[in-house]
This record gives sequence, C-alpha cells and structure tokens, in this order.
Amino acid sequence: MKVMYRLMALLMILMLLAGMTSAFAADDGYPSSYTYNYDYWGDVRESPDAYRVDQVIHSSALGLEVAMKRPQSLFVQGQDLYVCDTGNNRILHLTRGGDGFHLVRIIDTIQGAEPATFNTPSDVFVDEEGNIYICDTNNQRVVMVDKDLNFLKAFTKPTDSTFDQSLNFLPNKLVVDTSGRVFCLATNVNKGLVKFESDTTFTGYVGANKVVYNFAEYIWKEFFTTKAQRAQQESFVPTEYCNVYMDEDSFIYATNISFEEGDLIWDKAMPIRRLNGIGNDILIKNDRYPPIGDLYWIEGSVEQGPSKLIDITVLENDIYVAADRTRGRIFGYDSQGIMLWAFGSLGNTNNTFNSIISIEHMGRDLIVLDQTEADITVFTPTEYGNLIYDASADYLRGDYDGSAEKWEEVLRFNANYNLAFIGIGRSLMRQEKFKEAMDYFEMAHDRDNYGRAFRQYRKIWVEENIGWMALVLAVVMIVPLIIRTIKRTRMEVEIYERSKVGK
Amino acid sequence: MNAAKLESKPMSPRKEKWNQFTDSMKYAFHVIFHPFDGFWDLIHEKRGTLAAATTWLALFLITRVLELMYTNFQFINAPLQYINVFEQMASLLFPFLIMCLANWSLTTLFDGKGRFKDIYMAMCYALVPYTLIHLPLIFVSNIIAFDEAAFYDVLLTVSTAWCVLLVFIGLMQVHDYGPGKTIIFVIATILGTLIIIFLILVFLSLLSDALSYFVSLYREIAFRLY
Repeated sequence: MKVMYRLMALLMILMLLAGMTSAFAADDGYPSSYTYNYDYWGDVRESPDAYRVDQVIHSSALGLEVAMKRPQSLFVQGQDLYVCDTGNNRILHLTRGGDGFHLVRIIDTIQGAEPATFNTPSDVFVDEEGNIYICDTNNQRVVMVDKDLNFLKAFTKPTDSTFDQSLNFLPNKLVVDTSGRVFCLATNVNKGLVKFESDTTFTGYVGANKVVYNFAEYIWKEFFTTKAQRAQQESFVPTEYCNVYMDEDSFIYATNISFEEGDLIWDKAMPIRRLNGIGNDILIKNDRYPPIGDLYWIEGSVEQGPSKLIDITVLENDIYVAADRTRGRIFGYDSQGIMLWAFGSLGNTNNTFNSIISIEHMGRDLIVLDQTEADITVFTPTEYGNLIYDASADYLRGDYDGSAEKWEEVLRFNANYNLAFIGIGRSLMRQEKFKEAMDYFEMAHDRDNYGRAFRQYRKIWVEENIGWMALVLAVVMIVPLIIRTIKRTRMEVEIYERSKVGK
Repeated sequence: MNAAKLESKPMSPRKEKWNQFTDSMKYAFHVIFHPFDGFWDLIHEKRGTLAAATTWLALFLITRVLELMYTNFQFINAPLQYINVFEQMASLLFPFLIMCLANWSLTTLFDGKGRFKDIYMAMCYALVPYTLIHLPLIFVSNIIAFDEAAFYDVLLTVSTAWCVLLVFIGLMQVHDYGPGKTIIFVIATILGTLIIIFLILVFLSLLSDALSYFVSLYREIAFRLY
C-alpha cells in the first residue's frame, strides 16, 4: 500500500514537471514583445508576437567616435539607412549587408553652400537617384545635395505674403514626391505642409487641419468675454502635424498629436491621415474603431492619456505602422484601417523603448529610433507576422484560396484573429459554401459579409425546400376548409333530423 | 333545454378565476387597439386583473431577455459574455416600478383618480405592443439579411411609438386628466423617478456608512479586550 502511495506521489510530481516543461517550451527563449489586438468588443486579446528584435544598433557598434545625441529621424532608401544625428549636427549613412548595419559615411559638411555645416538637422530624405534633402532646421533651409554632397538647391523661407514674415522658417520634417516637389512641415506653421516646386519656388500649403471649436465655446467667447480677456485666451488655431511619410503612390501620410482627447473615439481628431493632392484626408476606416492607437489609456490605474503617434511608415499593400510615444508602442493597420497587431512598451530592455521618435521600414523589417537611448532597434517579423502580411498580399492579388490557407495558419497561432475569420469566410463564399462562410463571418462580427452570404444561403434553402413549404401552406389552408365543411354538413343533418322530430 | 342545463350547473371557483384571468389577458388586445375605451374599462369596469397585468409584465421582461439572446448578431450589439439575465431584468423592472410609484405619489396629490394598483395595471397593459412585436421580430431577424434591415427597423420604431402612446393615454384615462396635464405629469414623473433613485442611493450609502461604523466599533472593542 505504501509503495502504491509513493508511486502515485512520484507520478504526480512527474506530471507537474511535465506541465512545467511544456509551459517553458511555449516560450522559445525570446523576450516577448507584449503583442495584442482588439476584438470586436474592444477587449484586449493577447496574441503571439508579430515582430521580434533582430538587433539593436548602438553608437559603439557602428564605431562612432562621438556617440549619437538626440537623433530625430530615420530614412530608408533600398538597403541604406540614414539617421539624423541631430544633436551632433550630422547625418549618418548606414547600409545593411552581411550580418547587420555598417557605417558608410558621416555627412556633416557639404560642398558649395554657405554655411557648409548643418545646424540641428531634423529630417532627411533621399530620392531614387541618391540626391539627399536635409531639413537643416536652425539654418532655416531645406538643402538638396547630390550623392557626392555637392550643393544643388536650397529651399528657404517663402517670401510670399501668406507666410508670416515675422516667423522664422524652421523646417522640421519633409517628404519629396517623384517629380521633386518638397512638402515640408515647419515649426509654428499651422496652415499645413509648406509646398515647394522642384525649382525651389513656394506654391502654397497642403492639407491644413480644419479649425474645430464647439458652439458653446463660440457663444461664450463671442458674447461673454471682453476683448482683453479674449486676447489672453487660447485662440482657435488649426493644429500642426507631427510627422509625414510619402507612400509609393505619392500620397502623404501625416500624423497629428495635438488634439482633444474626447475627439479621438468619435474619430474627430483623426491622428492618422492620408492626404491626396489637394490635401483631403482619404484614409479608409472600415473597422469598428478608428485607427487611433490604444483604446484604453489607463494602465495599472495610472492615466497616461491617449496614444501620441509620433511617426508613421507605410509598407507594401498600404499597410501602415505608427509609433506611439506615450506607451512606446507600435501599431500596424491594414489598408482598411483594421488593426493587425500592437506591440511594445516602455522600458530599458532591447524590445522596449524610452522615447520613440521615428519609425521606418526596410522590406518587412521595422526600424525604430529611440531619441534618449540614442539607439536603433531593428525588428523582423515572426512566422506569424509574415503569415498576416502574406495572407493580405494574396488576397489583394486575387488569390483568395491561397490567402485562406494562410489565414488558417494564422488562426493556428491566434484563434482571436478577426481578419483571418473574414479572409477564410470570403474564400468559402467564393467556393459557394455559404453556411460555413456565415459561421466564419459571425465569429468576426462582420455584418456586411454575413448578410451577403446569408442571402445566398437563404435563396438556396428556399429553392430546395419550396416543395414541402408549399405543401404545408396548402395543408394549413385546406384542412380548416375541410373541417368546416364537415361541421356544416353535420349541423345541417342535425337540423334536418330535429325538424323531423318536431313534426 | 341544453342551455338551461349549462346555466344551472355552477362553475367551480377555480375555473371561474381562470376564466377571469384569461379574459383579462385577452382584454389586452382590446386595450392596445382601442386605448381610450380600453383603459377606461380596464380600471372602471374591472376588466383587468392584477394577475394578468403581472403576467404581461413578465412576458415583457422575458421578451427583452430572449431578444438579447436570440436576435441575430446583425441587428443587435449584445456582448453575451457580459450579459447577466437577472441584471437585465432588474434594470427594467425596478425603474418601471419606481416610475409607477413616482407617478402615484405625484398624481395622488393633484386630483389623480388612479390608485397605485390602477397605475401599475395600466402601465403593464401599455407595454403589450412591445412584447407582441418584438417576440416575432426575434425570429424575423434570423431570416433577413443586414441590408434588409429597413423593415425590421420600422417595426421596432412602431413598437416604441405605440408603447409611448399607450402609456400617455393610459395615464390620461386612469387619472381622468386632460392631455396637457398628462404631459406635465409625465415630465414630473421622470423628475420624481430621479429623486427617488437619488434618495435610495443616499439611503444605501448612509446605511453602509452606519454599518461600517458599528463594524469598526466592534473591531475596536474586540482589539481592546484581547
């Protein structure tokens, strides 16, 4: 008996150990990136990591004599990475090859321009030919040099009367389109992006934020305050953008971090915008929640405020990725504005950030710049992350069945992934498996597609069952008729018989 | 001869009661289509019974719960993982009762003819269209698609409008008020409801404060003694 007990105890210990090892086995040694997504109800659903740290680039690893100091911006062109080392008044040119990033050159002087050095350069753009545009902020110019750093052009303070001449021209961020037009965000300019033609002439502003104020505030200011009071109050001014990115189709993605918190959830703040040529926002938002980053702003009972999307980058198939300064988080959205994943947090480990300032992508890899840590973190997608990209790419290409297979794989990783349910449902619908498609759409709470599948399903159902339905209808109508006739006949017979008795 | 036989046979009291109950249940259909006569006779001709009114109220609550559970997801946003059936029912039942109470408390001071029982009965009967329309709509929601919702929405709106109208006429007939006075008292009832809820909350919080005082007193003494 005692032996039995011992054996059982041993067995139980073994089982416990087995349980523990399997728990450890799920963790493959990589630190988690705290990846999650929101379900239909807006609840946080933890998910497998879509991205993992590939490497962290420190100044020392690049062999820099002077360490990076408050770098402000990144730019990727092909395999080349440009870093605006703002605090040291220089641009670092890195390239990716072999096992990582190597320093190619340090750009701190240019030939043929006065001044030849930079003063707090805060953004850089490199076009297809290798010409470099630099936002030389405190020199009040955007300077364009060729790839051997020979001066080509300078875009300086507009002399136009629409530009307030009492202000300094402080270019902060810039993008350049394929025909060489420069769109530049300048500090203290709230009329939108400053637009220069390729011959350096200023041609106006693009995409100004609309001035928003509420009616009560207007009444209050108009009728209940004196002029002196009004002068002291904040005036209604449009907000400035925070960062810009130009996608493959020359649409400008802009982010915005100054807004009223309450405007976010009703999508009046629109922190991410996609501006077309005349400056209108054409970002597609087909999800239940607008792309605003985090939906909940309280963490561990500390109110940290909304996500401040400090920079944005656009990958293939219009998938855009924005970086949040508040919580050191990175959000991915697809072309329909549906959140793919969110990950990251504040901290001092490799996969966390102190203060994100810029985000770029090289292929599917994400490159994130942290200004206080002064390092660059390179993320590569995991198998799960790649599957999501592949599945959406296949779908956009028209390979619906291939995309459904990949979505099935995604569901194996994460059973809470709504996009996968919708993707599979669409494929099933094309195969005319409407009932199954409906089940998938219902799991994703996709009303439109469910309705579409349901109509087909109902049509087929009615066609198949019209026979007995007609029969039931006929029975329902004819049976009471027969019963009534029988009753009437009986009554007539009775009346007849009574009348006979009466006689 | 047969008829005489039937009359002479006395009905058992239980059977009589049952008949009265079913009659007053059926009377709801008269009330919702002829509200002016209906509500008047409901109270003054004793055509309604408390049992029937309560049954209709229970049916209303059950309809509401069934609606949350079985309406197709295309037409309702019900996070079923969070819904508590009893909470849902209580959140309808208690405001309903408090509103009846508020209405009675106010109208009884201003020439209202209705007793609490009358108000309760009239209000229960006024909710009948909700039950009658929403119950079949639960089924309908499962055989129509999202883009055919217009028909569904219209019926939902009709049911609400119908109930509101019945509440209004019901109060008018129960208290023998004119329309203007009824509107005033509807508004007053809503305010009264809020005041009652406020008082309940104040009472509960004071009660919990008082209780916690005695609990801490007990603890203090217990600590001192040991």
